[in-house]
This record gives sequence, structure tokens and C-alpha cells, in this order.
Amino acid sequence: MNNLKKQLLAGPYLIWIIGFIVLPMIMIMIYAFTNADGAFSLEYLSAITTTTNLNAIALSLKLGFLATLICLVLSYPLAMILSSFNFKHQNFVVFIFMLPMWMNFLLRIMAWKLLLSKNGVFNSVLHTLGLGSFNILYSPTAVILGMVYDYLPFMLLPIYNSMVRIRKDIIEAAQDLGANNITVFFKIIVPLTLSGVVSGIVMVFVPALTSFAVSDILGGGKVLLVGNVIEQDFMQGMQWNAGSALSFVLMIFVFISMALVNQFDKDGEGTAKW
Amino acid sequence: MKKRIISVMLIAAMTFSLFSACGKQENENASSSRETITVLNYGKYLDEDALRTFEEETGITVKYEEYESPEEMYTKYKSGSIDYDVICTSEYMIERLIQENEVNEINFSAFQNYDNVDPTIIDFCGSFDPEHKYTLPYFYGTVGILYNKTMVDESEVQSWDVLWDKKYKNEIIQENSVRDAFMPALSKLGYSINTTDPSELREALDLLIEQKPLVYAYMVDETGDEMIAGNAALAVLYSGEAAYAMDFNDDLAYSVPKEGSNIWIDAWFIPKSCTNQSGAQKFLDFLCRDDIAMLNFDYVYYTSPMLSVLQDQDEDVRNDEVINPSKETLERCEVYKALSEKDSTYYSNLWQELKSTQ
Repeated sequence: MNNLKKQLLAGPYLIWIIGFIVLPMIMIMIYAFTNADGAFSLEYLSAITTTTNLNAIALSLKLGFLATLICLVLSYPLAMILSSFNFKHQNFVVFIFMLPMWMNFLLRIMAWKLLLSKNGVFNSVLHTLGLGSFNILYSPTAVILGMVYDYLPFMLLPIYNSMVRIRKDIIEAAQDLGANNITVFFKIIVPLTLSGVVSGIVMVFVPALTSFAVSDILGGGKVLLVGNVIEQDFMQGMQWNAGSALSFVLMIFVFISMALVNQFDKDGEGTAKW
Repeated sequence: MKKRIISVMLIAAMTFSLFSACGKQENENASSSRETITVLNYGKYLDEDALRTFEEETGITVKYEEYESPEEMYTKYKSGSIDYDVICTSEYMIERLIQENEVNEINFSAFQNYDNVDPTIIDFCGSFDPEHKYTLPYFYGTVGILYNKTMVDESEVQSWDVLWDKKYKNEIIQENSVRDAFMPALSKLGYSINTTDPSELREALDLLIEQKPLVYAYMVDETGDEMIAGNAALAVLYSGEAAYAMDFNDDLAYSVPKEGSNIWIDAWFIPKSCTNQSGAQKFLDFLCRDDIAMLNFDYVYYTSPMLSVLQDQDEDVRNDEVINPSKETLERCEVYKALSEKDSTYYSNLWQELKSTQ
């Protein structure tokens, strides 16, 4: 009786999942495995080995990897500092890091464009100081910058969450037994925050890999990621099969990343707190 | 348990309110016997005052929708989810739709203001609508080079070659759409901008790959703003956008290179999905009226094919080569022809190859 009620309550969500997640995925699969006439064909799946697509995939993986690495290097020490703060307003500091996420991310990327452009804010300041100018807008560097800026909170929060959960007595016990700070860091802090790090990596890497808006705006149309190829296939070329095949390949990458999280983060600890 | 009951009730209430809201809207639509037409147009391509005037004068309600690129329009139209009554788009896309038998004939004899349309431009429309029965030209213009006079000399921009000049590294803005990007390369090579010969297109692609390191960015809508801000020295763009940019920055000037270029025509057509043919025709006739044509010209600031607009313009606007290109400029320009699906796929594959080259 109780079970039935529970299932009924899940009804609306079930309809949502089927209608907006499962069905579209099936449709993408169908498009990916057929040709323009609707017959079964591996033509478009095998087309991912063209130089264009391989270049785009390689570049996406490269930029995604670099953005993730930079996020990790920035977030880990920051999370350590934040979690070691012993004052009442710790939550407030975390809140400040979350704050930018409340604004539309496209707006924030547009703002970067204004900051970085040739006669933009940064260059005007540099110019007044007589320091010359720098031009990174419309290059892969600018795209990485945009990704890091956008996805940093996704890395910071899981690591921070796993860090504040480490109990002080464990560290004290280790120190009592003669461990120095370096040993404590590698033997206790790193292993206990690993699940947070992994979910952080996935939460940055997956959107970075599939993004197309950042590369469109900050790449000036010169940086072609897989997301851009898919977008063009659908919106401009009317090549739905080719676009679906690429999406399918991208999905495989995403599934691999998800499997990786499950391996490390069995009960979803990393994301539990938010 | 109590909580669960409350949540069930809440969900029920929400669902109910959702459905009831829908029902209400449908009722409203049904009860009002007002005629409606659904219009699909480029973004920022029609003064909204014109729509309001049309609604007041005819009592026909206009549902107005916008899109960005012809390809997007095609996808929207083909998905069939909305029955559009009248659509404005670029000539090559109309040609494709005519070939696909998706366009209704327009009965121009019922028009009161058709005489206002410049016969020269109707002639140009012959390239995609040979019998002049499917389309009404709305705006037209050329594609050329917008340049910053403080950085580039006028003599240099008489040829497309300037876009391959190494001294403008990182100073060139290219068009971010397939055909407009290939057009300068094809013209420079002396080929037709409508070529479908794979080897000629390959040659053009090689030129574009050679040009890529010099390109500051590939853009469409933002080009004008970047040029106004002085972020680049040269840009390939539409004459209308150029005129807009020149209004904001006196250092900018526009040139149509001697090798030739593209004359583009945006025109209205009535698609097969039309459910209100007479309303759609009334709307098109309305757009040809002197005051409405002028209103839209002031808003869009592209070249209008309406004769009355040319007369009503200020002297300096009328003589402005950018707004009203001379006959000889138009003579060396070509209209884009529609590509077959195979050729269009070939174009987009080359385009992606260019974009993915590092």
C-alpha cells in the first residue's frame, strides 16, 4: 500500500524523465545510427575519424584538461585555507564564492570579452601605466580562462565539503603518533578528500568538454570544440545525423567520467552538501 | 503521513492550475474571432510601430517571431510546429524553398502599392524567382570591406588581396558564415561565388587556411561594434551593417572590391504552411506603402527597394554609396544561388575543416 503511494508520487517525475531525458537520448541514438534516408548506417559514426572531428575532439580534451587542472590547482589550497578558518563566518566566505553563480553565465563571459578586448579595460589600464598591451582575446587561452572562471565553484565546493568533514581528532591522533605536517597531508588529508577531488574534476571536465558558448564568445569563431561542431551540424548544416553521431561519442566520454566518480565516490559524498 | 497528503494536494493544485491556465488561453483564442497572421523575420528587421499600425488599420492580429540565420529559419519552418503565414529571408534560402515546392504564389495584382518596388531590383530577384510570382524584395545590399581610415589606406581596399596582407595580422574580422567567408576567396581567385566545383572550392579553402592566422575573429552580428571600438582594421561585412557602424565612428569607410562581390536580397514569401493568404498579402502590400517603407528604412538602415524611400531620403543619404550602391557597383556583384543538399554539405564540411585547423 505504502509502496504504491510512493510510486504514484514519483509519477510526475517519471513522466519528466521519460519525456525529456530518455526519449531525446533514444532519438539521438537513432539519428546517430542511421543515414539521411533513415536506413541503418555507421557512416556518420565512422565520420568522427575525419581530421576535422578528430582535431575538434583533441582540442576539446586538451582545453578541458587544462581548465580542470588549473581549477584543481587553484581550488585545493583555497579549500584548505577556507576549511582551516575557525571563525563564525566561514559559511559567509563560501557564500561569496558561490555568489557569481547566481548571475547568468553568458553575461559573465560577455563581461570578460569587454575586459580583454584590444581597447578594453585591462589594456586601457596597462596603457595608462605605460606597460604596453596584451592580446589574448579570441584565442584558446581566453577560452581556458573563461572555463576556469565559470567552473571554479564546481571544483571548490566538493573539495571544501570533503575537507570540512575531516575530523580534527584524526589529525591530532596522527600528530600525537609523530607525524609531521607533510605526512599528515599525504596520509590523511589527501586520501580523505579524494572523493571530493574526483567529483570536482568530473563537474568541471564534463561541462568544459561539452561547452560551446564559451568557445564561441571568447574564441572569436577560431576555436572549434566538439560542442561547436555539433551546434553547427544542427543549426547551420542541417546534418542532424552527423551531429547526433558526435553527441553520441561525447556521451561515451561523459559516461566514462561518471563511472570514474562512482568508483571513488560510492555514496555521492562529494556533492551531498549542496 | 500528513506531510505526504499535503504534498499530494499541492501537486494536484499545481497541475490543475497549469491545465486550467492553458484551457483559459484556448478559450480566449476561440472566442475572439479576430483574424491573425504569424510573421517570421530576422531579428531587429522591422519597426514595431509598423506592426501596431497594421493591427489598428486592418484589425488583424500579428504574431511576430524572429530568428538569426536563414539556416535557423529553415530548421524552424521545417519542424512544422508553427504554421507561419509570411516569412522574410535571404534569397538563396527562398530559392531552395521554391525548389522544394514550399512557397505559395503571391497575387500582386491585388496589391495597391506594388508600383513602389524598384523594377531593377525585381529584375535581380529573377535569379531565384524567374517569373516574379513568389517573392517581394524587402531590403538589399552588398558585401564589402569596412576599414578604419587611420590604419588602412583607401587604395588598398580596392581589392580583396588586402585581407591576405600580413601586415594586418590580428586586425581582420572575417564573416562567420559559410558562404560569406568563401566569397572573398572565390572572388580573389576569379571564380564564381556560386561555384560548386570541388577543386575550385579546395583552392579557396587553402587560401582561407592561409588567412586564418591573420584573422582577429570570425563574427556576424558583433563585427560592427568591434569596428566602432577600433578593435580591428578591416572587416568583411554587409553594406547595411557598415552604414550603421560608420554612423558611430567617422574613421570608418566602406568599399566593394573590384573583383566583384555579392549582392544580397532579403525578400518576403508566403510559405505553404500559410493559413491566411489574404491577411498575409495585406501585410505585404502594407509594407510597400510609402510611409511604412520609410519607417522601416529608418529603423533598419539597409538599402530599400522602394522607390518612394529614395525620394523621401535626405540628399546626403541618397548620395551615400554605402546606402545606395551605384549601378556599376551592382553590375560587378552576383546573387547567391541556392546549393543542392550535397553541395551545401560539401561547403559546410570545408568550413568546419577551416575552423578546426589550428
